[in-house]
Amino acid sequence: MGKTIGVLALQGGFEAHAKILRGLGHAVREVRAAADLTDGGGLDGLVFPGGESSTMLKLIGFSGLWEPLDAFVRGGHPVLATCAGMILAATGVSGPEQASFGWLDVDVTRNGWGRQVHSFEAVSDDGAVRLVFIRAPRLTRIGAGVTVLHRFEGEPITVRQGNVVAASFHPELADEPALHAIAFGG
Amino acid sequence: MEKSTFRVKVGLAEMLKGGVIMDVVNAEQARIAEDAGATAVMALERVPAQIRKDGGVARASDPEMIQAIQKTVNIPVMAKCRIGHFMEARILEALEVDFIDESEVLTPADEEFHIDKHGFKTPFVCGCTDLGEALRRIGEGAAMLRTKGEAGTGNIVEGVRHLRTLRTQIRRLSVLGHEELMTEAKKLGAPYALVEEVAKAGKLPVPNFAAGGIATPADAALCMALGAEAVFVGSGIFLSDDPARRARAIVEAATYWEDPKRLAEVSKGLGAAMAGIEMGTLNESDRLAKRGW
Repeated sequence: MGKTIGVLALQGGFEAHAKILRGLGHAVREVRAAADLTDGGGLDGLVFPGGESSTMLKLIGFSGLWEPLDAFVRGGHPVLATCAGMILAATGVSGPEQASFGWLDVDVTRNGWGRQVHSFEAVSDDGAVRLVFIRAPRLTRIGAGVTVLHRFEGEPITVRQGNVVAASFHPELADEPALHAIAFGG
Repeated sequence: MEKSTFRVKVGLAEMLKGGVIMDVVNAEQARIAEDAGATAVMALERVPAQIRKDGGVARASDPEMIQAIQKTVNIPVMAKCRIGHFMEARILEALEVDFIDESEVLTPADEEFHIDKHGFKTPFVCGCTDLGEALRRIGEGAAMLRTKGEAGTGNIVEGVRHLRTLRTQIRRLSVLGHEELMTEAKKLGAPYALVEEVAKAGKLPVPNFAAGGIATPADAALCMALGAEAVFVGSGIFLSDDPARRARAIVEAATYWEDPKRLAEVSKGLGAAMAGIEMGTLNESDRLAKRGW
């Protein structure tokens, strides 16, 4: 049975996520305002896509989305957060410091894998996931309650804590539904 | 690990969708742009309206200025090189700018050949006025396009023309029979494989943003409604009365372009926009969109 998954569509790679979710049989709703979380029936999950985390934070502030998004995620709904999304979900952000929701007990450094000329494609250490890294955040601390799902060159790149799955890379750009399936089923 | 693949180059363009890329001439402006919610900044010594006024040869910016901006902000930093000036492009790549704009706003260095962009690790964005030009640039390796509009005029009319032309030509391709595509490729002056790809997908293989003449939130929203996936704002922000407020308003417009009430709200009391130029008063030789082919 397909679910209705929201994709935060303030800015960034939301369309690529929507395409993968539809491929898994889910309906997709773009979320730009608090009403999008509830109107037309509640959502069964939410994607925080890649893009520029600082831009998303501004728009979340301009649109009064902080509280509704925080309540939705803390309410236990399944969440997938990729790249900039992982930065928003983290507890601590450096390079530079900026506000974050703290749903995941991890620390990240923005652009920790370098500028665009250092962006790359690879495969996770276990061979399970194709990786597209674009000015990606680097996980610098993993809290006790956090499970590491995938690693690259020994470093954690995909993590899970309760209802939140997060990746420092872009599964949506590799046309791979594996992480979406982990987060939402399908 | 494979660095700088085409997927990774186009991927950064994907991440800039729905956002605003702002021209800045110093670190202070870059900070204002980032604080207003810009997804990236374009580092250059003079905004297009100033280049237009000053005349003379416009070249790539001083590396020192670009580095000062890179140190100041954490969003991607882009910079412009002259059309065909692959040496300026190599210098920008050595500086590790995140995107290189092979731009008609600077004085062209080569009137026959654009840069072979496949040879670079850094992704390129190029201007286009129609589908043929767009596909030629993609053929050369551009990972992102932007319609040219007419930079430095504060007048959206050329930007609208280019967006509409592109959209109409893409729609036309999508209804042609397969046997008609080679003739169409010949007419467009575009690589056949890319013509086939656009005909099948009904869209360009890389993101297309709008540039040239955007001065208000309404201009940005209009471009989004005509199919642009993000907008570049050059002179429009820092030549206006209140750059910080206007920048934020345009950022909101790029996200909420389908919501006229929100657009009305963000457009209130922004002060004077940049002074504009009516196209009829421009000499043919002052039309930047005609540079490149």
